[in-house]
Amino acid sequence: MSYKNWTVEKDDEDICWLHLDVVDSSTNILRSDVLDELDDVINDLVQSLPAGIVFVSDKSNGFIAGADIKEFTEITTTEAAREMLLRGHSVMNKIESLPCTTVAMIDGFCLGGGMELALACTYRIMCDNKSTRVGLPEVKLGIHPGYGGSVRSIQKAGPMAAMNAMLTGRLLQGRAAKKMGLVDDLVPKRQLKRAARYFVINRPAKRQLALKDKIMNHRFVRPFIANQMRKQVAKKASKQHYPAPYQLIDLWQSHMDNPRRMLEKEIESVASLVTNDTARNLVRVFFLQEELKTQGNKKDFKASHIHVIGGGVMGGDIAAWCALRGFRVTVQDQKPEALAGTMKRSMDMFKKKFKKDKRSIREAMDRLIPDTSGIGVDQADLIIEAIFEDKDVKQSLYKDIEPRMKEDAILATNTSSIPLEELATCLSKPDRLVGIHFFNPVALMPLVEIVRGENTSEETMKKSLAFGRQIDKLPLPVKSSPGFLVNRILMPYLMEAVEMVGEGIAPEMIDKAALQFGMPMGPIELADTVGLDVCKSVAVILSGGDTLDLPKKMQVMVDNGKLGKKTGEGFYKWSKGRPIKDKKATYGNLQELQDRMIMRFLNEATACKREQVVEGDGLIDAGIIFGTGFAPFRGGPLHYIQAQGVSEVSARLAQLNERYGDRFKADEAWSSL
Amino acid sequence: MSPKQANETRDVYIVDGKRTPFLKAKGKPGPFLASDLAVAAARPLLLKNSFDLAELDEVIVGCVMPTADEANIARVIALRLGIPHSVPAWTVQRNCASGMQALDCAFQNIQHGKAELILAGGTEAMSRAPILHNDSMVNWLSKFMSARTVTSKLSAFTKLRPAHLTPIIALVRGLSDPIVGLSMGQTTEEIAYRFGINREQMDAFSVTSHQRLGAATDNGYLNEIEAVYDNAGAFFDFDDGIRRDSSIPNLAKLKPYFDRKYGMVTPGNSAQITDGAAMLLLASEDAVKKYNLPILAKITDSEWAGCDPSQMGLGPAHAMAPIMKRNKLAISDVDNWEINEAFAGQVLGVLEAWKDTDYCKNDLGLDKALGEIPHDKLNIDGGGVSLGHPVGASGARIVLHLANTLKRNKGKRGIASLCIGGGQGGAMMIEAP
Repeated sequence: MSYKNWTVEKDDEDICWLHLDVVDSSTNILRSDVLDELDDVINDLVQSLPAGIVFVSDKSNGFIAGADIKEFTEITTTEAAREMLLRGHSVMNKIESLPCTTVAMIDGFCLGGGMELALACTYRIMCDNKSTRVGLPEVKLGIHPGYGGSVRSIQKAGPMAAMNAMLTGRLLQGRAAKKMGLVDDLVPKRQLKRAARYFVINRPAKRQLALKDKIMNHRFVRPFIANQMRKQVAKKASKQHYPAPYQLIDLWQSHMDNPRRMLEKEIESVASLVTNDTARNLVRVFFLQEELKTQGNKKDFKASHIHVIGGGVMGGDIAAWCALRGFRVTVQDQKPEALAGTMKRSMDMFKKKFKKDKRSIREAMDRLIPDTSGIGVDQADLIIEAIFEDKDVKQSLYKDIEPRMKEDAILATNTSSIPLEELATCLSKPDRLVGIHFFNPVALMPLVEIVRGENTSEETMKKSLAFGRQIDKLPLPVKSSPGFLVNRILMPYLMEAVEMVGEGIAPEMIDKAALQFGMPMGPIELADTVGLDVCKSVAVILSGGDTLDLPKKMQVMVDNGKLGKKTGEGFYKWSKGRPIKDKKATYGNLQELQDRMIMRFLNEATACKREQVVEGDGLIDAGIIFGTGFAPFRGGPLHYIQAQGVSEVSARLAQLNERYGDRFKADEAWSSL
Repeated sequence: MSPKQANETRDVYIVDGKRTPFLKAKGKPGPFLASDLAVAAARPLLLKNSFDLAELDEVIVGCVMPTADEANIARVIALRLGIPHSVPAWTVQRNCASGMQALDCAFQNIQHGKAELILAGGTEAMSRAPILHNDSMVNWLSKFMSARTVTSKLSAFTKLRPAHLTPIIALVRGLSDPIVGLSMGQTTEEIAYRFGINREQMDAFSVTSHQRLGAATDNGYLNEIEAVYDNAGAFFDFDDGIRRDSSIPNLAKLKPYFDRKYGMVTPGNSAQITDGAAMLLLASEDAVKKYNLPILAKITDSEWAGCDPSQMGLGPAHAMAPIMKRNKLAISDVDNWEINEAFAGQVLGVLEAWKDTDYCKNDLGLDKALGEIPHDKLNIDGGGVSLGHPVGASGARIVLHLANTLKRNKGKRGIASLCIGGGQGGAMMIEAP
């Protein structure tokens, strides 16, 4: 028999090696035609049953990435969703009930539907290299596992570990996956095939759940555990905005005693989720993320050495991040004290990333070279300047290093406030100056703005975007205009929040209103975290200097040295890195607060669209979601305006304009939305 | 058999070198492994002198006591530096002269056309020298591990005795001569006895060492030092064994350590137990031209010699003499001397030996005494007594520092030498390019 996506290879021990190589796709995905064909393959194999079946990927990049997300977007009714899920369930159930041994041989990523297929097998063995990871990340797309994975993962790994993996959607490296029982063995690549054969021939006893897991799975215990889980989830996502994790918990709590029934209910649950707005918007965000990734092509830049100037928090973290991603990095600061701090912070970052993998930690530390005299300049392929915001100091630095730079090296500035065109005047080759604007904290913020100055060459842009991908960030090309995209859009929203504090509204209420909208952090807490002096200076730049309408409250705070988290007091008092919030604060109309902040946000996004700060509505939404954390389940500000209805939103804006004045004046672009 | 002069030899240059600060052991494992120190010293060295790292012919590192995780430490260092797999690396051990041995191997391989470009040096983390189980403990452990049943395990366990737990301090053993049974300090007592060197002379020499290191530090003469950073937010940028308050009355208070009661050698007039590394880049003339490398100095000769293990501190007298003879040099032809200060008494002994006609005739095979090495040309920026003697690293450090000294003082020629536990001496001559 021959198939399009699958190849059957039988060896002389009667083991069937079932290879998957999905046509017209660079990665293996469980498209509906792939699943249908798998159904045929299994029906054919059953005719003369082999000793065992081993699932193998013929793609070099991984096992199976999951379901086809594009097919998702084409499903508009619950009925169609159910049909799609049923098809998957029927194939997975068939694999599970095969009378012969089945083994998933996992080399490279194995995610979502791919993991669910692996879970339907008798055994799973996993390669121990760094690129091999498994996981059930469906929750990030607003659904939960829908091909039986919710049931089978709990059966294999127990409720705590499996639910934790599904609720967070995080990817697991080999050791973690083996420890929790998601995979049966973890071996080096050289042993993978022999291990697969071993499992088929020897059929070792399957791992039993620990007593602790059995107790937690008991129907008398589940309600308590489920409530705990709900509380944990509520800290990250509200039920109203993100129903999927809550439905997953319900599913487990109600049906774990009867796996058959739980499988059926899983279909119902996912079918109801697939078509709702959250899932649709999160899928949109997923594709926006893919679009951001395509902005840079890793092949466009051959770099091995990065030189970072400035050993402060920003420069140090940028340097550490680059070293983490495999570059040799020199980090330059005149003060060894600053570099000592950088090395410590870097160590902390590497420990978090590599956990107990001491060799990887040491490799990263060995790649990160403290440099008090600037010896890294001559060899660097890319120099990132991250010193304090002072045009003259930056220019004198540039003049000093430019003659020493390699012919084709790029000079990048992390400035958020000084126009590239002004900085470039001192350079003899201004075409290689670019802005690479990171966000704080570097390790957590996925976006970097790649700023195109007037003089920046196409080549420099291309290389910088490629660099963004090489360090595993999402590079967003932006025009060199004040505040670029992210700071510019954030600022009116922050200022409105500060204005409201000035009116006597409790910061706690303002933050609460923003959180209710779905922002990851309230604006007042954000302002305190960033530092009020920094907020002020960005605001000054954005206003162009003359029309500055800084809220009085802000000025007073800065004058009194109450700068936020770093001084221990801003709008909040801070203790141990956390703001002390008054839980008793009240305010009648949260909706009004929310509207005031969000409308200014939306108005500024509209202005950015008109000025083409970023090319394309999709990229504006993407930049704002990944740069500011703007409620992902709403799909981005421009999308949100469309979803709410342009006329409704602009009517509300007009109302606010009347009530609060000119800062709510609709941008001229609204009329053409 | 004495080595023949090679028919055709090539010039060998020291391109550049860096070292870590020498960090005094504080009675517990220091913040760095020997490989950490060598990596920290070599990284800026390789960055400053740019060439494709694959062009290195080999990496040679001297180290006496690497930890269990640093077998062939030179290879560990090379790979941690990001030097490609294709570049081989090997470790050399000649006790206190291991770092100089590494340089000499590199020197000869380049001189004879086997290599063009070599990273060589020495490193030691003496604070991390291992503590070993004694034989009775090892035997007990082996019985315990091979016991299969619970009862046999229990029975084996009951045979554990307190004496089993007495550790072997590798550092102490390493600093004792296994043939003549004297500690290194006692070999210095022997030398002092032979030449009539007294305690006051040793202490005075030591005070000078501290004063000179202090002056060199303050005058910025130690730019060969590359600051090192630990993982906990601290940095180290100077040789911290220095005692600026060192004085003869202060040193006089210390008790003799090796010959307790009646001896003269104290911790105050001995080299300190220290962690440190020094790494140098050596190149042929072709390599210097090809990669446009700077030149710090030229290595022109080297020598190894044996002597009585019970007076191992006189090794430099034996190793330097043939260089003087071969190159027809008088003491005044040499602008600077670096004789490693393992012990103040031992360096003073070397000076006495060269002044002593009998010693020069009978022990060095010369026809007359060589004369007096002037104090103001010897160890002018301090030495082992003030900045410590990380055994694997010192040989590389004194050559590097001598090269920097010649450059600073526009000197023409210098000789660096060390005594070696077991009764040997090593010496290297360098000249301004």
